[in-house]
Amino acid sequence: MEKPFAITLAVNSSLNNHTGSWRVEKPEYVHRMPPCNSACPAGENIQNWLYIAEDGSYEAAWRALIIENPFPAIMGRVCYHPCENVCNRAELDQSVGINSIERFLGDYAIEKALTIPAPAVESGFKVLVIGAGPAGLSAAYHLRSMGHSVTVRDATHAPGGMMRYGIPQYRLPREVLDAEIHRIKDMGVTFEMNTRVDDVHEALDEGFDALFLAIGAQLSKRAYIPASEAARILDAIKVLHGVEDGTQPLLGRKVVVYGGGNTAMDVARTAKRLGAQETIIVYRRTRDKAPANDEEITEALEEGILVKWLSTIKHVDEKTLQIEKMALDENGYPQPTGEFETLEADSLILALGQEVDFSLLGNSADLDTKDGVMPVDSTMMTSHPGIFAGGDMVPADRTVTTGVGHGKKAARNIDAWLRKTAFEKLENRDVVTFDQLNTWYYTDAPHIVRERLDATRRAKDFSEVVKGLDETNALFEARRCMSCGNCFECDNCFGVCPDNAIIKLGPGKGFEINLDYCKGCGICVAECPSSSIVMVPDK
Amino acid sequence: MSSTPIKFYQVGSFAIGNRLLPADDRSIQSDPSRTNALNSGHRACQGCGEALGARYALDAAMRATNEQIIAVNATGCLEVFSTPYPESSWRIPWLHSLFGNAPAVATGVAAALKAQGKSDIRVIAQGGDGATVDIGFGALSGMFERNDDVLYICYDNEAYMNTGVQRSGATPPAARTATTQAVGENPGNVFGQGKNLPRIAMAHEIPYVATATVADLRDLEAKVTKAMSFRGARYIHVLVPCPLGWGSQSCDTIKIARLATQSGLFPVFEAENGEVVASTPIRKRVDVEEYLKLQVRYSHLFAPTRRDDVINHLQSIADKNIARYNLLIDESESI
Ligand SMILES: Cc1cc2nc3c(=O)[nH]c(=O)nc-3n(C[C@H](O)[C@H](O)[C@H](O)COP(=O)(O)OP(=O)(O)OC[C@H]3O[C@@H](n4cnc5c(N)ncnc54)[C@H](O)[C@@H]3O)c2cc1C
Ligand SMILES: Cc1ncc(C[n+]2csc(CCOP(=O)(O)OP(=O)(O)O)c2C)c(N)n1
Ligand code: SF4
Ligand code: SF4
Ligand code: SF4
Ligand SMILES: [Mg+2]
Repeated sequence: MEKPFAITLAVNSSLNNHTGSWRVEKPEYVHRMPPCNSACPAGENIQNWLYIAEDGSYEAAWRALIIENPFPAIMGRVCYHPCENVCNRAELDQSVGINSIERFLGDYAIEKALTIPAPAVESGFKVLVIGAGPAGLSAAYHLRSMGHSVTVRDATHAPGGMMRYGIPQYRLPREVLDAEIHRIKDMGVTFEMNTRVDDVHEALDEGFDALFLAIGAQLSKRAYIPASEAARILDAIKVLHGVEDGTQPLLGRKVVVYGGGNTAMDVARTAKRLGAQETIIVYRRTRDKAPANDEEITEALEEGILVKWLSTIKHVDEKTLQIEKMALDENGYPQPTGEFETLEADSLILALGQEVDFSLLGNSADLDTKDGVMPVDSTMMTSHPGIFAGGDMVPADRTVTTGVGHGKKAARNIDAWLRKTAFEKLENRDVVTFDQLNTWYYTDAPHIVRERLDATRRAKDFSEVVKGLDETNALFEARRCMSCGNCFECDNCFGVCPDNAIIKLGPGKGFEINLDYCKGCGICVAECPSSSIVMVPDK
Repeated sequence: MSSTPIKFYQVGSFAIGNRLLPADDRSIQSDPSRTNALNSGHRACQGCGEALGARYALDAAMRATNEQIIAVNATGCLEVFSTPYPESSWRIPWLHSLFGNAPAVATGVAAALKAQGKSDIRVIAQGGDGATVDIGFGALSGMFERNDDVLYICYDNEAYMNTGVQRSGATPPAARTATTQAVGENPGNVFGQGKNLPRIAMAHEIPYVATATVADLRDLEAKVTKAMSFRGARYIHVLVPCPLGWGSQSCDTIKIARLATQSGLFPVFEAENGEVVASTPIRKRVDVEEYLKLQVRYSHLFAPTRRDDVINHLQSIADKNIARYNLLIDESESI
């Protein structure tokens, strides 16, 4: 090429100069564990379904969610949302309302009558699930998705376990429960209701290849309380079960409930709705020690339920009962004070916790129980090969969500056991902490509190207390998620690189580092809001 | 603020892009087919704020003029790292003459274009703080006075970096440079000297004067775009941290620019015809110490003995800026 006057070298672009050779460290895109995901007992990939929901793709978000948990509409009503307790956004303003959005997606799917396809390939294996509570149903759903033939057997009239016979309708409307269970039925799961299993081994001998036990904890604990003949003492589980069956016993005008757990709150609120004029909960310890979820205590108090904290019941008569005040000792344990009070009570309902009914084991020696529950190994298998267990009957938190998580985990391991492989657990990635985020970039936006029914109106009937989000506020709430540890395509890295060394691959495809030019300055890592890039040594 | 805040889209207008925004609401830099006026392969240090600021500004100018721009560059890092003969990183017509004459050369280019009737081709002059506030100052003042149709952009890294970090008229008090060593009773650069070029530019009552930093891309893009909508002399002063000269970590370039604004030490505002018309409020106020302690050029304020007197003096400068430019209004309504 002929060069202009006084020019000796051909003009060139600096692209010839590969500044990447200066680098000693390089940036790398990663997926890290958001705290919400790590806290979800059902193992949901919350960050992921929020991300999908953020652009309004609700069906896709719902489909991503139900990979882990088939019950978003139920979860959105009864889950105690441990995810929200650890949400990083709480340190910025308030945690993301994960549970409300989950409910929104669940309700959306019900409204749009979305279904879950039956499995494409049948495995040929047959699995029996005993118990149609959340643990059993979740196992059935996952096992069926994997192509197994699944039978669910339960002693009650309708499936749901404690979701139907424990949790009252004002917290979980039965249309919602039915809709989400129905979808599992429609995948081809066989339900055998009104069928109590009296002997596990006999059931296994019917030709099932594996068995999942999820019988819950159905027996109410009793406490010895001196009582006169005419005293009316009932058991909370039976009362709640009766309400569902339409056979509830008469409670009278004044009702006392003994206990401080969720069952106590639910049965007290139910008594109020059944017409009791006065409902008093008596509990041995203080509010902060009560096992009941704090939101439920608040809702009960709002509805006019009275609570005698630090009190025990000493004696029950026909129309009255006597309580003794307790005081905390220096170790925080309640001790009797010798101070008594008399309460009027037409009936006393005991809500002192539940135990597992192991009668179906017969006297078989090969299924161990310990401390009233059944131990399982890391694959949810009991001491008997091929018999797995989960939910309230195994040692763990007794919640719907834990049951759902157990069902999933058991299903994956049953599948592996049947196919004689091992279920590959994902490695436990480190959880993203708040200080690892660059929160400068997130705009301030407070949490949307779900609307509640006015307290006095709600105590009169069984209509649902907590209202859901609508589309606009669900979208807003979803967009509050900071996407901890996972790229949400804010383009910051792409923009801030002084060397144009980041390649944008297009929507949903993320980014790539052009190592020819990346000098390894680390600005992209520092300015990534969600901590989705890390610097690693470059050899 | 001259960019419009976007109603809550997760990151609003703080981040570069965001997939949830309509394409029109995203920044120019978020566009995968952006022009990259300053291309890869340039020899700026790791984490160079000047390289970043120049690309931000010139990509915005290209977008605003339908890519019809010519840039005139003063001597300095930006010129040296972008164009070592015979290679260049520039993807626009680009001219370099001398350290002190960029405004005058730009005036000539603008005049030539005008004479040829090519007034759709716009002229940008650019240089470092040394070129701008010191050696090119007379030429720049002349360009302002004549209201020549040039946008002058100063990339302020607060010293003569290309020749080894000597003090300039834009070096802040107390900063250590090669020529203001951290020795004696009053270590580092002296208080009460130096020039505030944005205010000097305003005194010329030119159509448009603005300050910006590499920490707020949206604001910088909006200001360049706005500047290109005016004819006549315009001036934008961009704070561009320099890891080498400031003794900061290369990954902290944007963070340091952000802290400069959030402490009040570097007020971000714009002025038209000599009057301030808008300023960018502080969102998360910090003490100047947060800004100073990340930079080795201020390390003598913290060790071997802590110099609270000097730190407080710098804090009072920040406080004065906050009052003067009204930087602490409540932004909550505007988000
Ligand atoms: C009143 C109340 C309120 C609650 N509220 C909440 C809440 O808001 N949120 C929450 O997360 N958790 C709540 N829980 C706890 C939650 O309901 C349980 O932890 C969960 O239902 C346990 O699931 P599971 O599948 O293990 O057992 P269950 O739900 O108890 O289901 C077990 C099923 O097995 C069947 N079964 C038992 N034995 C046999 C047998 N021999 N043959 C055939 N079938 C059998 C039973 O009929 C039942 O249907 C509440 C519990 C109660 C009692
Ligand atoms: C007349 C003249 N004097 C001195 C120099 C040497 N010189 C080249 S660049 C430079 C400093 C540039 O400083 P600044 O304008 O702040 O730009 P920076 O390199 O910091 O970006 C100097 C002194 C020169 N090129 N010409
Ligand atoms: S901000 Fe989003 S990803 Fe992070 S913990 Fe909260 S819900 Fe999970
Ligand atoms: S900002 Fe650019 S040069 Fe710096 S580490 Fe990231 S990719 Fe590399
Ligand atoms: S900076 Fe934004 S676009 Fe880049 S990795 Fe982080 S979240 Fe994704
Ligand atoms: Mg300089």
